[in-house]
Amino acid sequence: MMDESLRELYQEVILDHSRHPRHFGALANATHVGEGHNPLCGDRVKIYLLLDKANRIADIKFEGKGCAISQASASLMTDMLIGRNVDEAEKLMGGFLHLVKGEDAPDLSPGDRERLDVMAGVSAFPMRVKCATLAWHTMKSALEGGSTAKTE
Amino acid sequence: MTAQTKIATAFDSYVARKDFEILLRKVYGKPLVYLDSAASAQKPKQVLEAMREFATSEYANVHRGVHYLSAAATERYEAARQTVRRFLNAAHDDEIVFTKGGTEAINLVAYSYLAPRIQPGDEIVLTVMEHHSNIVPWHFLRERQGAVLRWVDVCDDGSLDVDALDAAVGSKTKLVAVTHMSNVLGTVTPLKEIVARAHAKGVPVLADGCQGAVHERVDVRDLGVDFYALTGHKLYGPTGIGALYAKRAHLKAMRPFNGGGEMIREVTRDNVTYADPPARFEAGTPPIIESVGLAAALDYLSGMDREAIAAHEHDLLAYAREKMRAINWVRVIGDAPGKGAILSFEAEGMHAHDLATILDREGVAVRAGHHCAQVLMERFNVASTTRASFALYNTREDVDTFIAALGKARGILAP
Repeated sequence: MMDESLRELYQEVILDHSRHPRHFGALANATHVGEGHNPLCGDRVKIYLLLDKANRIADIKFEGKGCAISQASASLMTDMLIGRNVDEAEKLMGGFLHLVKGEDAPDLSPGDRERLDVMAGVSAFPMRVKCATLAWHTMKSALEGGSTAKTE
Repeated sequence: MTAQTKIATAFDSYVARKDFEILLRKVYGKPLVYLDSAASAQKPKQVLEAMREFATSEYANVHRGVHYLSAAATERYEAARQTVRRFLNAAHDDEIVFTKGGTEAINLVAYSYLAPRIQPGDEIVLTVMEHHSNIVPWHFLRERQGAVLRWVDVCDDGSLDVDALDAAVGSKTKLVAVTHMSNVLGTVTPLKEIVARAHAKGVPVLADGCQGAVHERVDVRDLGVDFYALTGHKLYGPTGIGALYAKRAHLKAMRPFNGGGEMIREVTRDNVTYADPPARFEAGTPPIIESVGLAAALDYLSGMDREAIAAHEHDLLAYAREKMRAINWVRVIGDAPGKGAILSFEAEGMHAHDLATILDREGVAVRAGHHCAQVLMERFNVASTTRASFALYNTREDVDTFIAALGKARGILAP
């Protein structure tokens, strides 16, 4: 029968996000853009971000090609970050990076922890953590001014 | 068909498997199906035992001490060089330079042979299916000395058009650098013809034999090739050692690459003179134990019927290829006639890394990614592929497990 950790990794929510990514495409009025590249597998992601005057994330879009994990992770991230201010976003991103490495993420609210739980299965696949974090590192670099993020 | 069956029975992979202890282990509770030998082959007990025996009975540094062990170790090290020479059918022992691998062998040619001969605008001809180790050293010469890289395309089936390669060789060409066997497509290049046609224009040829030496019988004198690079760990030998074959005249004319102990004739405050090849190119303490392991690996291979091994590997490839032909969601990349036992493919709706992760949990080890061949990935318009590669210890059962695991991955990722 199917390996339990595989079922956990490729659960329906992940596959749904990867097949039908939310907020996919370019954002013409983006205030920040970041590009991420995983040189090991060739995966690329581009994040477009619109910050409003109150430093709140008004919109995010992403483009890219990659594995189910990287695409689902990017899609889920856009879903969760839109509407937050930069401080809240950074807190969520920090918590996510702990979570996928199997570490404690005390900064995450119970609600966020629950929504991110679908990605927690990645921690059982150390070789795949970089797939999950690519979009998040790219988002961070976009917020910080938009250099190229790399996960290796 | 009958002839082929006869050849196939001359080699029994089930007997050979017993030499590879790691194949007995399980991965995630499943028997290991190792289909990543093109990345690195597993080691037979004969290799491991030879290294252990040497390290526990005759080990010391080479070419240095006058003591008993140093003399014994030097003898083993030089005997390993002779073994490599015989394996490649080179004319002279001093045409074999030990390196830390195939990459260093090619870099040695780039730095020591080609760099002094390159003027801005001079050309290096190479194919789009080269491994990065046979691309990046030439890029160095492009960046630093203005060399021009002339790329030769492959056909859609992955085969190499020798006429196209010949057409790329011109009056400015200083070297043709070509793989003997592609690590992604499995394509075996017609090296002898490539060499003959390049030589007709006075251009030397370097062959990257990291895959080719494993699966093809190599006779450098018959091929006429100027440089042939190989690595130990793909030849069922240890990591950390490889070799460069180069014609004696080339080596004699080459300046040293690394400087240090062992490679000198005399060092004074104001001057240095260099040892003759191959010592000139083996600065520092070489991989001594590894040389014994490499020799044992080559003896292991040479002790078997290599044509029969090749027939066995081709049988596995044909068997897997046939099964994959029946799967309409898989696209195999590379179908050149006479190709070696490497199968790269794309699966519809499945990224190579997702696929490889699921295969892994079935105990099936494959490679996913760009295989250090990004130029080739671009040529076939793919970001990455999944690659199954077959070695002498693989069986049809391995192929069956692999194909079943593919179906399982499909069930998970793209129902």
